[in-house]
Amino acid sequence: MVEPAARHLRTYGQIAWLWIRAAWQYPTSFVLLAVGNGMITGLDFVGLWIMFAHLDRLAGFSLHEVALLYGSASFALAVADTAIGSVERIGTYIRTGRLDQMMTKPVPLLVQVCADQFTLRRLGRLTQASVVLAWACTYVDWTPLRALVAVSMLVSGGLVFFGLFVGFSCVQFWTTDATEFANAFTYGGATVTQYPLAIFPREVLVGLTFVIPVAFVNWYPCLFLLGRDDPSGMPEVFQFASPVAGVLTMAAALLVWRSGVRHYTSTGS
Amino acid sequence: MPGGWGTLHVAIATRAFRRYSTYRAATLAGIFTNSVFGIIYSFAYLALWEANPTAGGYDAQDAVTYVWLGQALLMTVALWGGGTTDDLAERIRTGDVAIDLYRPVGLVGWYLASDLGRAAYHFLTRGLGPTVIGLVAFHIALPASPVAALAFAVSLVLAVVVSFTIRFLVASTAFWLLDQSGVKVMSGAFAIFFSGMMLPLVLFPGWLGTLARALPWASYVQVPADIWLGKHAGGDLLAALGFQLFWAVVLLGACQGVLRLATRKVVVQGG
Repeated sequence: MVEPAARHLRTYGQIAWLWIRAAWQYPTSFVLLAVGNGMITGLDFVGLWIMFAHLDRLAGFSLHEVALLYGSASFALAVADTAIGSVERIGTYIRTGRLDQMMTKPVPLLVQVCADQFTLRRLGRLTQASVVLAWACTYVDWTPLRALVAVSMLVSGGLVFFGLFVGFSCVQFWTTDATEFANAFTYGGATVTQYPLAIFPREVLVGLTFVIPVAFVNWYPCLFLLGRDDPSGMPEVFQFASPVAGVLTMAAALLVWRSGVRHYTSTGS
Repeated sequence: MPGGWGTLHVAIATRAFRRYSTYRAATLAGIFTNSVFGIIYSFAYLALWEANPTAGGYDAQDAVTYVWLGQALLMTVALWGGGTTDDLAERIRTGDVAIDLYRPVGLVGWYLASDLGRAAYHFLTRGLGPTVIGLVAFHIALPASPVAALAFAVSLVLAVVVSFTIRFLVASTAFWLLDQSGVKVMSGAFAIFFSGMMLPLVLFPGWLGTLARALPWASYVQVPADIWLGKHAGGDLLAALGFQLFWAVVLLGACQGVLRLATRKVVVQGG
């Protein structure tokens, strides 16, 4: 189990490295892409900051607290997007017949799809998320348990987004041109969790907890980090349940992936 | 834009409209995604306007209406970049643009016509779709008056033209860089921020607000939305449309200028 996993990881690394070198063929574009991506997320946070120029608290949360939510959600998304964001393009691979080529190679399909067209430009988001998160962390009253919850939050959040990226991209096995459908859950999930979930009606919060479990990406663990009572009165144990949500989302996504691949028939193009 | 806009350009626009209309599942998926974001931002704005009920001179209904107009305009105005200018960038990269250059029809007019066809399709689907959902779910405001509705339509066309010129200039960088993608991402970042898509420009404080409202990107979302909301009336309304027209004319001139420079380069390269 461990040995093949390590081998897959190495293969992934090799494919990713090829794409990094390929991107360097257009160095100006490469740099502009990285800067541009950093700018998108940077300006995104400026937007939040401008919002707070007009109010002290958003649904009872201060700028520092919202920054913690924003930074942790953005970080989790950035890790998943950098590592496996290419999975979004399955529809294109199916249409162009590229997926057929990949299937003939002795490397697991998911590893190839995720590493394909790997791009470091997404590091812009990761950098921005880290800076915001680090700044927000200086306002947390740290204890060893909180530090543990924070680490598990970041890992689990990454896993939840891994799952959402892979799972919802599989829709493309059935309808190849509906790429954007997945965005509602991946980028939409990241946007939702940038805000205190207390701004949403309770039904939405229930959906974000039990159906698309993005509330576990940061909302519940951050309530613990901030020492706040849950405004929606959910069980306190949820604040420690992020790893469970991460593993379950990942497992569900892999099941969907397997059924998608089994369902797949080549377009013959 | 040189004269001679007639049946040919209408034909180009019609083809572009049909071409985009073949991607039905993509359109439905897009309407769904725009609506999900509309819902998320509506609740965020409602929380903001609950804490500050007069922020930026908007009330809560103005703010929620603004959210759904933004989602409706996103693809119509091609805020992230792309549209038919992506074809141009690809043809520059492959050298096929040399063929376009000796066609007896202006390159800018050709791509503008097809982009207007694209925009018409996106307006009728990804514009109207989210607007209906916003109307049902969040009771957004309808245009303040028949004049506002008409002016909104004019403003929308101008928004597409201004956006087209900037996307054309971005695609033209491929003449020098071969690949437009880096410039495109940066340009998209500016467009999202300075168009008012991310946050209404009326909330931008001080000099940042003054700057944002003077840049061409304000034509994309803020100006059409304010016209829809009835924030401009009388002479002020004409000034708002004049602002968009000013940028459209200036930037169309820039497109022609850049094309002339680039043409020299293509000839030197031999295509």
